Amino acid sequence: MKVFVDVARCRGAGLCALTAPEVFDQDEEEGTVVVLDPEPPATLHQKVVDAAGLCPNSVIRLEDA
Amino acid sequence: MAGVDKSPGSGLPGLSFREQDEPVAGSSEAELRLPTVRECPFDPPAEYHRLRDEDPVARLAFPDGSHGWLLSRYEDVRSVLADPRISSARGFTSSPIRELPPEALELRRIRPGQFIGMDPPEHTRYRRMLTGQFTVRRMNALVPRVERIVADHLDAMRGMARPVDLVKAFALPVPSLVICELLGVPYADRELFQRRSRALLNMTTDGPTLVRLRDEMDDYMLSLVRAKQRQPADDLLSGLIGREDEQGRLSDEELINIGNLLLVAGHETTANMLALGTLALLAHPAQLAALRADPTLVDQAVEELLRYLTIVQFGLVRTAKEDLGIGGRSVHADAPIVASLAAANRDPRQFPDPDVLDLGRRYSPHLAFGHGVHQCLGQQLARVEMKAGFRALFERFPTLRLAVPLDEVPMRDDMFIYGVHELPVTWDGDAR
Repeated sequence: MKVFVDVARCRGAGLCALTAPEVFDQDEEEGTVVVLDPEPPATLHQKVVDAAGLCPNSVIRLEDA
Repeated sequence: MAGVDKSPGSGLPGLSFREQDEPVAGSSEAELRLPTVRECPFDPPAEYHRLRDEDPVARLAFPDGSHGWLLSRYEDVRSVLADPRISSARGFTSSPIRELPPEALELRRIRPGQFIGMDPPEHTRYRRMLTGQFTVRRMNALVPRVERIVADHLDAMRGMARPVDLVKAFALPVPSLVICELLGVPYADRELFQRRSRALLNMTTDGPTLVRLRDEMDDYMLSLVRAKQRQPADDLLSGLIGREDEQGRLSDEELINIGNLLLVAGHETTANMLALGTLALLAHPAQLAALRADPTLVDQAVEELLRYLTIVQFGLVRTAKEDLGIGGRSVHADAPIVASLAAANRDPRQFPDPDVLDLGRRYSPHLAFGHGVHQCLGQQLARVEMKAGFRALFERFPTLRLAVPLDEVPMRDDMFIYGVHELPVTWDGDAR
């Protein structure tokens, strides 16, 4: 799995960092998404899929590796 | 003309009072008004069952005589809230709940800094200044302080004569103190801003009172801004005052409106979730027992209570910027659209057994905080407060129960934010 984000559309709701903190964080100044692990291990895939589904601005895009 | 039924289809041809240019499907039906009457204190009006199934994009009559649309399905509500063709900037133009009296019409104007009533890019600037202050990381750093505040209030509550009003002793003061510390508002002033917020969010408050309350809140926040301009402190308001971006610094008017927005939104909402959430758990003992048996359920419990209770009870008002289609119907430009968060969160197309409170739901993409660019700025703070609040309350008061029958609890049917006006509770002499 590969994780892509469109930071320009991010409004920093933080649901990704809440749901999959191993993979997503937020910029300290603007609160926008920071990807910690763009190719997360399989054990985290479900969390990442959940995070993408929760994002209020559809910022997260996932591709099968 | 006394005694003439104004409703269409009343058997008096030619006496329809509907505007001629507002064609309506099924014109023999009475006009739909926003459903507001609940049959059960935890459920949205039952009318939404019918609307979701038969009329998910329903023609809606507004109290001021205009017409718009009411969305009740999850999919439609979610997509409209994220649609850039839908505006929030004219959201105050028409209320589905009340017609503002002429002397209060100025309240409809979106004021500088009131970003909940703006579209990008204006909205984006304000939001960008604030989101960094409400990140998951920052809110998690507040946990020890929030837990302390929760514990202090529960300590005090333990010593009170029973029954105790949980709203007054716990649900309202905890988030009030938290937002005061975060913003830099003196907690000693809480009576003032709590009273004003309560009146402002009450749909029966008259126009002149609304205007006066708004002016009082402006004066109060301006004096606070002035004090922090002279002597900045380590709080959010001081940070906003000192902040500068490409467009310069925020004006006093912007600071006043942002400050008041955060202050009101920061305590009323969480206070009602804490009190109503407690009531819902007390009324569902098996769910409460599951939470007590496994306190790690609290994360899921908070999401489920948010979904199940959806305290923004009348939904969000938006406006179509252009002609567009929603759920197969044509919505014209400028038409007001009410997106019912409460109905969406009970849509069986999205949530199995939606009317069941089930803390076991693992993944819940509910819309209680809204959706799209306006989704609640303070949601991570709210989560921290609710998790700490529910966990400690039920741990320290294992025999907590209602002190009156459920149907005697005064519900906030008259408030824009749903909840309970009071929550009389008691417990056996074993609080920890």
